[in-house]
Amino acid sequence: MKIGKQTYLIDKPVYIVGNFSIVGPKEGEGSFGKYFGLVLNNDLWGEKSFEKCEIKMHRETILRAIYSSGLNENQIDAVMGGDLLNQIIATNFAAKDIDSIYLGIYGACSTFGEALGLASLLIATEQMKTITCSTSSHFSSAERQYRFPLELGNQRTPTAQWTVTGAGCSVLSAEPRAEQPKVKITAVTFGKVTDYGIDDENNMGAAMAPAAASTLIAHFKELDRSPAYYDAIWTGDLGKFGAGLLNYIMSSDNLPLSDTHHDAGAEYYRANQHPVQGGSGAGCSSTVFNSYLIDKLRKREIKRLLLCPTGALLSKYTPLQGATVPAIAHAVAIEAED
Amino acid sequence: MLDPKTYNEFVIQTAPKTKMARTLLAAFIVGGLICCIGQAVSDIAKLIKPSLVKEALAAWTSVTMIFLGSFFTGLGLYDRLGRIAGAGSIIPITGFANSIVSPAMEFNREGIVFGICAKMFTVAGPIIVFGVALSVIAGIIGLFL
Repeated sequence: MKIGKQTYLIDKPVYIVGNFSIVGPKEGEGSFGKYFGLVLNNDLWGEKSFEKCEIKMHRETILRAIYSSGLNENQIDAVMGGDLLNQIIATNFAAKDIDSIYLGIYGACSTFGEALGLASLLIATEQMKTITCSTSSHFSSAERQYRFPLELGNQRTPTAQWTVTGAGCSVLSAEPRAEQPKVKITAVTFGKVTDYGIDDENNMGAAMAPAAASTLIAHFKELDRSPAYYDAIWTGDLGKFGAGLLNYIMSSDNLPLSDTHHDAGAEYYRANQHPVQGGSGAGCSSTVFNSYLIDKLRKREIKRLLLCPTGALLSKYTPLQGATVPAIAHAVAIEAED
Repeated sequence: MLDPKTYNEFVIQTAPKTKMARTLLAAFIVGGLICCIGQAVSDIAKLIKPSLVKEALAAWTSVTMIFLGSFFTGLGLYDRLGRIAGAGSIIPITGFANSIVSPAMEFNREGIVFGICAKMFTVAGPIIVFGVALSVIAGIIGLFL
């Protein structure tokens, strides 16, 4: 049911019945290390290139998430997801080995929110029954695409972030799993592309904070809720500086986020891992959600969660051509059922 | 929602800045050390072969430093040095070697022709272009002096 301009209430239940996450060794040593499904020993995983490793991570994450849901591949109506590589090749190639409809989507690091939202609508409108939502990113494949060679001896700027090596997948279904605590998606607010004129591609937190604020404000206003409605509000990868900026904008709109606000990127790594402002990447929110957050929801330590992955919409060439960095965010309300 | 102008002003005011004292000191020390190593190479070469003229000595020093820069890039150590030293390790000739070897290593997987050879100068290209162009201009000026 559409409410307002951007929000949909998911009135037929859509359950999260399976999940899995695979991360690289650095991520395994980070704050959420013990929650991940699989931590790799090295960032190639026996493959010949970082792109091939990302494809393998993505494929294995989808397959293991399906396995964890107790379903089999034939019961999956669609595989939906994306990543950061050109032509979203990690997801495209991962889906090659899965016998199902494939829907590739792109929203940079917000892709996971977009996938959860679209899949929920497809299931709630009874077009499909079971959909996998997955995203991935890989530090080394992202660096070569967006920045400089790995061995180049340059410095990161003080607002830079560290792309997460990881893949996460959730399996959404109209039917709950009998023996499992029920976690369902209850509302989705899709974002608008928001450009506040930030022209520094190394300051993506500042570029994405207005997009996150725009989506969150629309979510709260259209559903007539306050931030206090949720036990936890998790943004995707704003980083420490970006998370502060989000709160600054929200406060100026009289919707201050209290200490229930967390940012997956800002909390992803430990300080001694030198991530500068924190983690980023399409795998950032999906790995944290499919490990730590889903765990908290199933244990009912979080009953109402608002997940808001954020994405900066740029290529290597747009900043060189003098363009600013537009961004987008999608918010998904997820609740643990009594 | 907050207007972009106020937001951008707030971002500029609050954005974390590079710690100048620490980074400048690190660049000065590491850059100076690399130059000291270069001087040592030159002095040792002079000791081994006293007949070397000044130009040949300078060429041997450059070649040795380029080798060292490439070698430590290959070992995966030069980028770590660069993270601490910044311009201190970029400006010397070892940094120039690093800027050519690092893309060559990075694009090794795309093959020799379209990977290594095509991408080798993606970082160093502008330096070579300016170097060649300026030397041509200097040569023409020199012709008339």
